[in-house]
Amino acid sequence: MSEPLISRGFFGRKRPAPPANRVPPGQHVVTDFPVLSAGPTPRPSLDTWRFALQHRGSLLGQWSWSEFEALTQTSITVDIHCVTTWSKLDTRWQGVTIDTLLAAVGLSAPPAPFAMLHCDGGYTTNVPVADMLNGKAMVATRFDEAPLDPEHGGPARLLVPHLYFWKSAKWVRRLQFIDQDEPGFWESNGYHMYGDPWREQRYAGD
Amino acid sequence: MRETDAASDTTADAGSQRLAWLVATVRDVIDETPRVRSLVLDVPGWRGHLPGQHLAIRLTGEDGYQAQRLYSIASAPEAPALMITVERIEDGEVSPYLAGELRTGDRFELRGPIGGYFVWHAPAGGPLFLIGGGSGIAPLMAMLRHREAVSSIVPARLLYSSRSVEDIIYRAELDRFAAREDGLIVRHTLTRQQPPGWTGGIRRIDRAMLAEAGFPPAERPQVFICGPTSLVESAARHLIDLGHDPAAIKTERFGPTA
Repeated sequence: MSEPLISRGFFGRKRPAPPANRVPPGQHVVTDFPVLSAGPTPRPSLDTWRFALQHRGSLLGQWSWSEFEALTQTSITVDIHCVTTWSKLDTRWQGVTIDTLLAAVGLSAPPAPFAMLHCDGGYTTNVPVADMLNGKAMVATRFDEAPLDPEHGGPARLLVPHLYFWKSAKWVRRLQFIDQDEPGFWESNGYHMYGDPWREQRYAGD
Repeated sequence: MRETDAASDTTADAGSQRLAWLVATVRDVIDETPRVRSLVLDVPGWRGHLPGQHLAIRLTGEDGYQAQRLYSIASAPEAPALMITVERIEDGEVSPYLAGELRTGDRFELRGPIGGYFVWHAPAGGPLFLIGGGSGIAPLMAMLRHREAVSSIVPARLLYSSRSVEDIIYRAELDRFAAREDGLIVRHTLTRQQPPGWTGGIRRIDRAMLAEAGFPPAERPQVFICGPTSLVESAARHLIDLGHDPAAIKTERFGPTA
């Protein structure tokens, strides 16, 4: 690629540099928690909320809110990176890992290599299953030790922090294992199929 | 949410090709309000856009430091040059440069268009209900400029919240659009300060204002809301309470970009 154009009179960052190797290319660190969603915020009742694990069309397992809360809980502190160029460091989450969910339905290995996440409001996103195993992803229900705000995806969102944050689908209700990778909502609207922030895979073709 | 419409198909078709960085040259700067400036850009190689889409800007300092930010496109696809509108955040990194330092003839990099969901163009029909707050007017203005450029008479309503009359972006142009009486009704509300004799709204956008300024749910309007998160969240919630279909409400939340 050719050399980037120097912008006359642009000196950039006035704030302290973030820790080395924490911020992917083209990102900047924020301290607030911006909200980005394509539609209205769904507000499902916890009484009727269910989370389901599915293989193609068949149900592998399903949990009510209280059943989900009774599953082994995991806490992690991670950096998150939004495709709109903000990154937030050291975010603290609690939830149920995908490993735990698979074990809970008696599976020692995933039934298919890809997954589609389905959400309230109709949002979908695709994630390779390998990117969700060995503690790499969870269905998160708490942020900073408090129940997850609806605006941020509460009651439950996927958290797959090593990919751009649109993959961490808000208001997630169903994880469907599929045999072939398929584009979800933003992936059908010009965004990258995989979304690795460190390779700056923002849009299709990146 | 509807996943596909004519607009997103257009984006998907072009999607397999990488969005290349292009060089934009500033043709003109327009001071819209004391804190907001529009940049009119010549961008050779720009492949066109749909109203509501955005673009990424990349600035590079002499030491190689780079910063990227996203801005909505404010111009109609039919316009001879691309326009973005930037609100200056004093302690920000990119906006004081774009809305302060930058002069006619300066160049920087951009790529796009980005986003295939928050878009409207005339073939999508109406009615069209646009709700904006502050600089969130920009993508809605692209829709209204497009509507005017193609002489669309799709019934349209804009409800636009600003702090004071001096903070209204594109005011003269909106007045001119409304005066055409071609099916567009523009309603302003001023949340902090109103001039003597002001006949528009005098409070934040609320349920009563949305009911009065918009279309009845039975007319199944396409709704686009853009502005600060608090405005978007409350407007979307009120519209659903009023009986509008959540799937017909498209949102873009942006605070000012630092």
